[in-house]
Order: sequence, then C-alpha cells, then structure tokens
Amino acid sequence: MDKYTETMRSAFKEEAFELLGELEHSLLELEKAPENHELIDRVFRAMHTIKGSGAMFGFEEISEFTHEVETVFDLVRNDKLPVTRELIDLTLMARDQIRSMLESEEDPGTAIKGTEIITLLRKLSQGVTPGEKEAARKTEIEPGPENQVAYRIRFRPSEDIFLHGTNPVLLLNELRELGECEIIAHTGEIPTLDKIDPESCYIFWDLVLTTGKGINAIKDVFIFVEDDSELNIEAIDERPETKDKIETEVEDKKLGEILIERGNIEEKKLQKVLSSKKPIGELLVDAGLVSSTDVEAALQEQQKLKLAREKRQQEEQTSSIRVHSHKLDTLVDLVGELVTVQARLSQTTADQGNSELLAISEEVERLIAELRDNAMSLRMVPIGTSFSRFKRLVRDLSNKLGKKIELTTEGAETELDKTVIERLNDPLVHLIRNCIDHGIELPEERKKIGKPETGTIHLSSSYSGAYVLIQIKDDGAGLSREKILASAVKKGIIAPETELSEKDIYRLIFSPGFSTAVQVTGLSGRGVGMDVVKKAIDNLGGSVKIDSQSGQGTTITLKIPLTLAIIDGLLVKIADFSFVIPLSAVEDCVELSKQDVEQAHGRNILKIGESLLPYVNLREMFMIEGEPPELQQIVTTQSEGHKVGFVIDQVTGQLQTVIKSLGKMYRDVEGVSGATILGDGTVALILDILKLTQKAVLEEQADVESAENLNIK
Amino acid sequence: MSATETSKMTQVLTFKLGEEVFAVNVSRVQTVLDLLPITKVPRTPDFMKGVINMRGVVVPVVDMNLKFGMETTEETVDTCIIVMEINLENETTVLGALVDAVQEVVELDSEQIEPAPRLGTRLNTEFIEGMGKRDDQFIIILNIDRVFSSDELEMVQATGAKGAKEKEAKEE
Repeated sequence: MDKYTETMRSAFKEEAFELLGELEHSLLELEKAPENHELIDRVFRAMHTIKGSGAMFGFEEISEFTHEVETVFDLVRNDKLPVTRELIDLTLMARDQIRSMLESEEDPGTAIKGTEIITLLRKLSQGVTPGEKEAARKTEIEPGPENQVAYRIRFRPSEDIFLHGTNPVLLLNELRELGECEIIAHTGEIPTLDKIDPESCYIFWDLVLTTGKGINAIKDVFIFVEDDSELNIEAIDERPETKDKIETEVEDKKLGEILIERGNIEEKKLQKVLSSKKPIGELLVDAGLVSSTDVEAALQEQQKLKLAREKRQQEEQTSSIRVHSHKLDTLVDLVGELVTVQARLSQTTADQGNSELLAISEEVERLIAELRDNAMSLRMVPIGTSFSRFKRLVRDLSNKLGKKIELTTEGAETELDKTVIERLNDPLVHLIRNCIDHGIELPEERKKIGKPETGTIHLSSSYSGAYVLIQIKDDGAGLSREKILASAVKKGIIAPETELSEKDIYRLIFSPGFSTAVQVTGLSGRGVGMDVVKKAIDNLGGSVKIDSQSGQGTTITLKIPLTLAIIDGLLVKIADFSFVIPLSAVEDCVELSKQDVEQAHGRNILKIGESLLPYVNLREMFMIEGEPPELQQIVTTQSEGHKVGFVIDQVTGQLQTVIKSLGKMYRDVEGVSGATILGDGTVALILDILKLTQKAVLEEQADVESAENLNIK
Repeated sequence: MSATETSKMTQVLTFKLGEEVFAVNVSRVQTVLDLLPITKVPRTPDFMKGVINMRGVVVPVVDMNLKFGMETTEETVDTCIIVMEINLENETTVLGALVDAVQEVVELDSEQIEPAPRLGTRLNTEFIEGMGKRDDQFIIILNIDRVFSSDELEMVQATGAKGAKEKEAKEE
C-alpha cells in the first residue's frame, strides 16, 4: 500500500472515530426524544458518511456493515419504524462494532459479532412493522407509478468542487439511475477563454427528475456536496401526503414563494411559469410579470435567509480545522521559548534603566502574554466530549445492574488541556462506576427509604482560578464510616485502635488494596481503582476531596490544573542554586533564625504561634555545601493535607514558568519534576513538593530506625 | 571514488580528555558549545554535571573525564560541550558531553580502524568501537550508545541514594 493511501486511510479512521462519537451522542439524545427528526437525520448522516468514505478507502467490511444499519435507519427516517429502546440498544452495539472493526482490522471475532448484530437488526426491522417494511422495500425496489413524483432540482456546486475531488457528472449520472431525468446545464457563467480557470466549475444544472424513491434518495446523492453547494429540491406535482416534513425545515425559502409573499406576483401565474425549467427569476422577468429589480430584491432576501441558516448551522457545528496535535505542541513550545526570552528582555531592560526601551519591553511583554494565552487555548478542549461518553457508561451499567440512574451534567463547556482531559478519562470512569455500583441503591431500596426510584449522578465542572473543579455527586447511600474502618482494619491498612477524623477515614479508600464492596462484581470491588484514581490525579498535579453523608450521597471533587505546560512558581535560592516551587503548593513564607533552630534542640520543628510546623532542610537534603545564612526562610507547603515547611536561603520572586522535561537521563531523580529556563538563561529545577515530602518522611524513618539499632547494639 | 569505497570512510570528531584523544562519529554530533553555566541536579552522581539551556531546550551534561574514571574536567578556555544524539532504549535523546578540548573532524579509512584491544585501554572495551590510527597517534573511537546505555544511567538513582547515605554516615 502506498504512503498516500495510508495517510488517507488514517485520516478516514480519525474522522470515523469522531463521527462515531457524534453518533453515540445523537443516539443517546434520540432515546430521550424519539420523535426528533433532526436527530434521526444526524444519525443517518453520520452512518452514511462512514459508509461512503469507508468504501472509498477500502474498508469494505465496515462499509457493508454500516450499510445494514443505515438501511434500518432509513426506515426510521421515513417513519416506517419507531425509535425504541431496543433499536437504540442495537444501534449502539452496532456503533461499538464499527469502532472495534476500525481498531482491529481483519479480526475474525469481530466479524462474527457483526453478523449477530445484523441479524438482530433485520429481525427488528421486520418484526416490528412487517407490512410496512414490505411496503418500504417495494417503494425502494420497484417504484410503482402511483407514487412517482417529479422533482425540480437546482444544483449549483461551489466553484472549487473539483478541488474536493467531486465530479458533478457522476452525481448527475446517479440521479439518472433514480428515474427519468432531464438535465439542463447553464453555461452562461463560463468566462472567456483567457479568464477561465480549468480547475473551477462554472456550470450549474437544473434537473427535472421523476422518481418514486422519495426526496431522501435525491438528497443522499448530494450528501457530500450539499454543505458548499447551492441545492434546491422541490416536488413539482407532489401529493400532500408525500410532502416531506424535513424539507420545509431544511431548505431555503424559494424565490417564487418570496415573490408571492411580497405580493409581487400571484400564485397562479407563478405556477404556470414553474412548469418550465429555466431559473424562475429570469423567467418571470422575461414574462414581464415582475421587474428585474423585484427579482433582485427577492434574491437578496433569499440570500439573507440563507446566511441566517448558515449561521445557525455554524453555531451547531462550529467550523474547525483538523490540525495534528504535534503541530500545536510545537507552537506551544515556541511560545514557551518566547516567554523565556521575554523574561530575559525584561530583566536586561530593567537593569539598563532606559525608559524608552522599557516601554517597548512592556509592550512586548503584554503581547507575548496574550500570545501565550492564545496558544494555550488552542490545546484546550471542552470537557463535554468526555461527559457524553459517560452518559453511555451510565446507561449501560445501570441497565446491567437493574438500577435506574440518570446522569446530569453541568459545565460541559469548561475547557481543559487536551492531555489533561485524556488523562482524566480513566479516573472519571472509575469514579462514576463506583457511584453506580456502590453509591446508588436498587430501585426497591430507594423506594423503601423514600427516595425517588431513579438515582441521580450529577457531573459538573467549573473554573476556579488556575484550576478546574470537577464534581461527581450522587444521591446514593453515601460512604459508611464504620464499614470503611472495619475493612481498613481487616486489610491491615490501619491498626484497630487508630483514632481517625472523618476526612482521614474517607481518605482510606484511596489506599492501595482497599475495597468495601461485600461482593465483588464484574464492575468494581476488586480493590483496585480508587488508589489508581488518586495516583492519576496526583500525576496531573491535582487533588481529590470526598464529602459524604450517610444515606444522602457522596460528593467527590477533583481539583485539576488548567494546563500542564506552564505553572506559576516561587523562585527560591539555596547558595547559588535556583529552584522553583509550584505556587499551587505554597501556603506562606516564614523566617527561620538561628535562635529558632537552637530552641528546637536539633528537631526540625518550628513553633509558629500555637501550631507546630515540621520542616525539611533542603540544603541538607540536596547536599549543597556551604554555610546557611543567619536568617533562613521557610516556604510552607500543603500537600495531601500535610503542612510541611522547606528551608531555603531566600525567596527571589514569583514567576510564570514553562515546564521542560529533564529527559531520560534524569528520569529517576526524585523530588524534581522538571526544569525551567530563567530570565538570565540559566536552568532552574522545579521541585516536586509531594515527592519531597514523602522522601523526607521515609528518610527520617530510616534514620530513626538505624539510630534505634545502634542503641540496641 | 566508488560508492563502496565511500561507505568505508568514517568521519569522526576528535576531542581530548586529559592528554588522550577520543572520537565520536560525526553523524551523532549535533553541535559543539562553549562552556555554559551548568545547573547541578541534586542527589545525582558526580559525573552527571547537570543540565544546560541549549537555545531553550534543557540538555543534560556528562563529565566525560569523570565518566571514564579520571579527574574532574578543569574549566579552561578550551573546555567544550559536545551535544550529541544517543540512542537510549530505542529512543533518541540529546546529551552534552563535557570534554577538555575539541580538535577536528578526521576522515578515517576502514583500514585505519582496528577493533578494540582487550587489554591495556583501562576502559570498558564495550565502550570502544575501534582504535583509529593516524600518523603516530591513537584515536579511541567511542560507541556512545553503550557509554550512555540505560544500565549505566540506572546507576544514577542508586548512586544518588548511596551518596546521601554516605554523607549521613560521615556526619554521624
């Protein structure tokens, strides 16, 4: 296979995955509003595109499979088959099937499953409405003369239709296959030879097509070009019952209708003219029924309506460009470098004291800040995409467990860095699974205690400074402190007599190997999960908080930084070394005098007011040589609920830093999460407060133990 | 010159560690930098000098003298950092090698390169790709992938921890 086809195929896959996501979303919506034709159309369209492009790029099996599903939905579209839960179930299964077919080509296992789904789908479309199905088939295969309808079609492709690889002649030929067809090409707009661009299409067509296959069949022909072509399809002698409901919604208002509405012409006269095939405006002018200015005005109105529709469409599906994320990363990297250089510029200008230069530097600073924000926002995607995925999860799992659960979402438009969203997916799945499995009770139980039968899981996200808060709230049983304690004691996580605060008890469920579920179900309860969740969130630089009231429900709040690439940091110094402490972890700064150290008798604890602050001497920990200054500083940090101070020589300032990886060579270094480049071009290390705290605890324990060993000796 | 003959020619960049001449294949060398301020990463072995800022990219630097068990590289006007691409676990990583002086690019015929002797180099023979002969001089051509192999780098953590322990022991 040549490289070009390979790229095309991967592009198709990418597009298909996106379409499948949309399909799932539409299907779930459709389940709630089974009568919504727009949604049915959306489902149909997604499948049609997958089928079409699938065949084009050699995914024959997918194309064939999708065709079967599409056939069923064609019945739905024509009101021949109602939207039922069963249908949605099957279509969702089919959607998953297409997905797995895309993921693993040529796997015989998937093929078998595919056949099963098709059989079920066929059964459904025959079983529910056998008579109608027959009728539908009849109209499809051998259209009887009684429902032959003549359609007038105006097809004006965009000039660059050839650039999209579409040959309009093929489309016209396809129309010919539908029935008796007369085609008139309008060549009036072809420019003179010297001005002609052979790659542009200057021709538009008027067609009269008599077919029994319905307007949808015609629309399907144009399905790939309708977005950027001018397309008018109307039935000339249609009977009232064949009038398509959707058409009136989707189509632009016709010129003739507008003229009638404006009182420029009577309907009768218009009808007479309508039976010919030339553009109506021209005809009317020729016939002297309306003046050319009237036509122009009407055309303008049509244009206006069209623009309004286009705008509506745009709002629905925001226009976008598909860019490889690698390119975005490069851009963000470059901007990061710019930020670094800019910091240097600011520093140099400040040193020189040239006011003119300073003004320029400040201007540049402002622009770069804006550029940085913009570049960062490119990587931002709304969290809503993953929210809709959870709807599916809730639907499937609650069905499986016989529970009634509704997932409500809020703040789907909250934007987060793409990488963050990707890495959030698994933890969120775990948490929601837990809600479904352990949180929400069975309908009968809920009824007994006076709760509505349907449980609710509320998923919400909102901004909070440089963080996004994601909340998962259920109205289930809540966490049982007794059960958690008992289980923790049994599993040896804590000693039996340990006294713990409520917060600490809830935190126990994040311990590895912890699970309170009495019965291990296929979904959760194997004791993996919550600790994995915790780890994943920690890795993102976020935190997890649990609130629960027995019998009322549980609320889990995730606090996630907006982005991973840039952080606010506190620049500190020890001797000649510069370090950056993430500002998110910093609480405050206090002084540490020699006196304080002496008073503590060699213990690393500082008394501030009434509270005690344990601290870590970074100079010692990092084995930095030299004498500390008379007055040292302690940066107080908070991680995992523990307050720990870090002793440094001095705090230099606050800065926004671009995080750079230290690379493979330093991947095993603990306590350093990355590096950043300072204004003067030197490199400063970013400290990982959480790891440092853990390390300090471990080292101290080791010290104490070895000291005890010495005593024994 | 025919194609087969060309392929036998090896271009190497020679550099000095102390008085000895070493070399690496030029295809691996990205650039040569003058000495820049190096930021030491705490709790890492001495031969890992730290990281530098190479045009916005953070690049680790290794002291080649220390790596080969010699004295720390003294900073002189000739001290250089050779930035090269190495293959670490099938991934290309950029790394800077701190050397006493960079000399020149030399073209060596395959006849001029001999396999590493098993004795007498005082170096792990695994690190040596071959011995180049030029005039009356030896050039030790390094296999940089092996020099910086993951086994070697995994020592980083161990040494770091050991270093910490040793220091503590001393204090006690």
